[in-house]
Amino acid sequence: MEKDTNTSVLKYVDWFTVIIYILLVTAGMVSIYAASYDFDHANMLSFTEFSGKQFRWIGLSLGLGLVILLIDVRVYENYAYIIYISVLILLLVTIFVAPDIKGSHSWLVLGPMSLQPAEFGKFATALCLAKLFSSYNFVLNASKKNYVRALLIIFLPVILILGQKETGSALVYMSLFFVLYREGMSGLVLLAALCAVVFFVVEVKFTGTMLLGIPTGEAAVFMMIMTLVVAMLAIYCKHFEGARNVFLWYVGTGIIVAALSWFGIPVPGMAYFLFAIGVSLLYCVLLMFKTKARNLIITVGTAVISIAFLFSVNYAFTSILQPHQQMRIKVALGIEEDLRGAGYNVNQSKIAIGSGGIWGKGFLNGTQTKLKYVPEQHTDFIYCTIGEEEGFIGAAGVLLLFLILILRIISLAERQPTVFGRVYAYCVASYLIFHIAINIGMVIGLCPVIGIPLPFFSYGGSSLWGFTFLLFILLRIDASRRERSF
Amino acid sequence: MRKDYNLEKRRYVISGFIIIIALIYIARLFSLQVADSKYKDYADSNAFLRKAVYPSRGIIYDRDGRLVVYNQPAYDVMMIPRDVKDFDTIDFCRTLNITPEDLNKRIADMKDKRRNPGYSTYSPQRLLTHLTAEEYGRLQEKLYRFPGFYIQKRILREYNYKSAANVLGNIREVSQKDIDRDPYYMPGDYIGDIGVEHTYEEHLRGNKGVEVLMRDALGRIQGRYEEGALDRDAVAGKNIKLSLNIELQQYAESLMMNKKGAVVAIEPSTGEVLCLVSAPTYDPSLLIGRERGNNYNKMMRDLDKPLFNRAIQATYPPGSTFKPTQGLILLEEGIITTGTMFPCSHGFISGGLRVGCHGHGSPLPLKPALQTSCNAYFCWGFKAMIDKRGKYGSSANAFDIWKKHMVSMGYGYKLGIDLPGEYRGFIPNVDFYNKWYGAGHWSANTIISVAIGQGEILATPLQIANLCATIANRGHYITPHVVKEIQDTIVPAEYLEKHTPTIASHWYEDIAEGMRMAVTGGTCRLANLADIEVCGKTGTAQNPHGKDHSAFMGFAPYHDPKIAIAVYVENAGFGATYGVPIGSLVMERYLRGFIPPERKYLEERMLQANTIQFAGTKKH
Repeated sequence: MEKDTNTSVLKYVDWFTVIIYILLVTAGMVSIYAASYDFDHANMLSFTEFSGKQFRWIGLSLGLGLVILLIDVRVYENYAYIIYISVLILLLVTIFVAPDIKGSHSWLVLGPMSLQPAEFGKFATALCLAKLFSSYNFVLNASKKNYVRALLIIFLPVILILGQKETGSALVYMSLFFVLYREGMSGLVLLAALCAVVFFVVEVKFTGTMLLGIPTGEAAVFMMIMTLVVAMLAIYCKHFEGARNVFLWYVGTGIIVAALSWFGIPVPGMAYFLFAIGVSLLYCVLLMFKTKARNLIITVGTAVISIAFLFSVNYAFTSILQPHQQMRIKVALGIEEDLRGAGYNVNQSKIAIGSGGIWGKGFLNGTQTKLKYVPEQHTDFIYCTIGEEEGFIGAAGVLLLFLILILRIISLAERQPTVFGRVYAYCVASYLIFHIAINIGMVIGLCPVIGIPLPFFSYGGSSLWGFTFLLFILLRIDASRRERSF
Repeated sequence: MRKDYNLEKRRYVISGFIIIIALIYIARLFSLQVADSKYKDYADSNAFLRKAVYPSRGIIYDRDGRLVVYNQPAYDVMMIPRDVKDFDTIDFCRTLNITPEDLNKRIADMKDKRRNPGYSTYSPQRLLTHLTAEEYGRLQEKLYRFPGFYIQKRILREYNYKSAANVLGNIREVSQKDIDRDPYYMPGDYIGDIGVEHTYEEHLRGNKGVEVLMRDALGRIQGRYEEGALDRDAVAGKNIKLSLNIELQQYAESLMMNKKGAVVAIEPSTGEVLCLVSAPTYDPSLLIGRERGNNYNKMMRDLDKPLFNRAIQATYPPGSTFKPTQGLILLEEGIITTGTMFPCSHGFISGGLRVGCHGHGSPLPLKPALQTSCNAYFCWGFKAMIDKRGKYGSSANAFDIWKKHMVSMGYGYKLGIDLPGEYRGFIPNVDFYNKWYGAGHWSANTIISVAIGQGEILATPLQIANLCATIANRGHYITPHVVKEIQDTIVPAEYLEKHTPTIASHWYEDIAEGMRMAVTGGTCRLANLADIEVCGKTGTAQNPHGKDHSAFMGFAPYHDPKIAIAVYVENAGFGATYGVPIGSLVMERYLRGFIPPERKYLEERMLQANTIQFAGTKKH
């Protein structure tokens, strides 16, 4: 076993990732300068401006990165639980001592500096999760207790961050389900999540028109549930005969209903769908008794849960979500425009990006950002500046750079000799996926507005430091992979 | 070290998932940035306030420098729909003297893409035009309460005289067609309509300027874009000096009051139009301001067609005013000499055909024929030419030559006056008669009415006045025009060029002498002034619309013509009854500056006369 020295660390550091990191933070600083450019001030490095401050943050994070690289890698593994618990305490304290800033209590103000502990929760949770998975003989699917432990580690910070009224930052932790999936969780969970999102979107979006006496959205969801049942029978249960029979049953009854409506005989849609699906599920139960296949009960269960979900969506949407959250979702789904309210940001950011064209308007020539049409343009909406000034080439380039970074991190993860390293790396990748997908999706009008920053770009020390911690700890773990493989 | 190769494959699921998301996002970026250009326009209308700077329109003077048309400011209420917040509509309507229903209707019309294809919530829309000074003041005071609204100052026309509407024209808001034709115009701009305002639009309008201002998200102006690099100063329109004598125009219009017809007077040496009257006419200020649309529609429906510019658009049979042209052609072609005599037995009788005439001596030569307006003389002359197959080969060839002479004298085609809508009149050609009668099936007798300006012949009063100017000039004319000078520009060359008809100039003296005799002892005796030698020719044109048109053409003084005139009074009878008095009064007024007492009775009679039978009301 080679002695872990500073020189060997720097030798084995994945410089490819470091270069992408430096490219991203530099582009980020330039974008912040452009976004906050004022005709009266024109000094990029002036410390009184956002770009100047960000320059200072970047300098500090490079130092921080170096320090992280020089610390013995075993520190992270050995102190993972302690770091996790300290951050949890910090998060708890923050709820009570943080001042109210735009309704949230997430900022710790220490003299001239403000700090958002939620950003540091990410790497602490990642370390803790990695530590759990790397414990001796830990197999996620071995017992339910393992799931409880893993979910507890994920949800403790979520609850505390929700307590700070930072919904966006709390949602980020949901991305850790990717890690659970990689470590053995059934793909059905992700499928269920995907179905839930699709059902929700379809049902909420198509409420305006009616089909068979029920809203088109609901009818469409019923049809998707039918498709799901057939698909699960065929692909998941591999019961092709059953799949065919159910398919024919759906199609046959569907044609009859369509024909009856064509001739002016109204068929109550709700009754038809419940009847058709009910009969098919009964058939599946009969099949199950015959073949003793456990998969079939999961299929039936999925269908029943889907229908229950369908009925609860409306209630959930109107009763549980706050009006402003409902509006954000409606705006993202294109149901409402609301250009003066919730839709204003997204509309303006689409205008700013859309006006960039292929090549962009050129550095500092973006009119929309200079004239402050896009709110929060140096923080959450920083991507607009890139889209407007650097055009499609710049915007797509940044997106590709992020994609390369994430794919690189996944490949780093897979080359780790330890479970700790792999789980940690997947945590980092998951956070990045969520932040980038949601932030850019929001700016280009594909996701609802959720206030989370764009990693390495958005102005702010906490966010930059948080991601620097995440990335450089990964690089440190990766750099010592040789000495630990035996 | 545990390795589960089945789970290891899940990296591809996760990688695939993020690659798909990246592709969706790139597609979305492509559709926003490259495929869809509307965001660029949105961004520009977000950030740029292109403020048009309107130049003042050119002023119009008459030939003696009298101010005729000038500018007055008018105020429009503009609205940028996107910027309009909730406001007190009751207060708003009360300030502007409109009802809330009216306001709603105006906004609905504005948003109606069919009526207003240029509608955009981002760009200024015209809500209300032509505020009174009082409304302007009230609104200006309260404007801060109505975000999204502002007042735009515009230039409207003001007329010093209530005459010459058909020459001056007016201005109107541009139509979508104008905008499509010329990108200079923006919705809400004004453009010259009919008259000089139309012909000289590009001189009069000047050049709009633009200020490109940057506007931030709160609507505050953040200064000029790139220090005003894209700004353009407005260039004021050019002033114009008409050739019209506005007082003569006014006088002629007053003589033509309650009559239908036209008076055109030209300065022969320059082709400058001294007055161009179309009756009935209207006050030009009716077509300015908020009531323009209503007034316009009212006049469009008026059976007397005040908007129809009879001086250049009405085509009348020229009647006997045509006879000088016939004399000229016959002399030029050698068919007659000044001594050639033709008989008149109370008309022209040939081959069962009879064209009536009135009592005078017979036979008679050319000048007395002009003096007495003898129909028979010109019919015989015409017949002698058209049927002179020995010289021309056929009637068709002879007629062809006849027609070429006519065209060279300005008939059958537009003269090219600088007013829009001129008509060309009509001189038939050989093909026309071949089609009508069949080739070889017509001769002089078939078309004899042409000889006395009847039949198929049609001419505008302008063409007749131009003929008169040609005779006054003894053989040439300059295309008539109503604009004498344009500030900083020279008058188009076509209005300086001499046109010489295909008639040798020495023949004109004989025709002029005949016309002088008509005044001293013929049909135009009412035009015989004590100390001004007037030459003239009456016309009594039969027409399918009722009583004969009363026509007159003349010039004065005989040896040094300063004015040539054509008068047409529809359905008013003999040329001597209305044409001669009105023509001579206008000439006298122009040459002398006043009407002497002994002719006041004539003036009074003309002012009082009403030849519009079916309408007893006074017409402008």
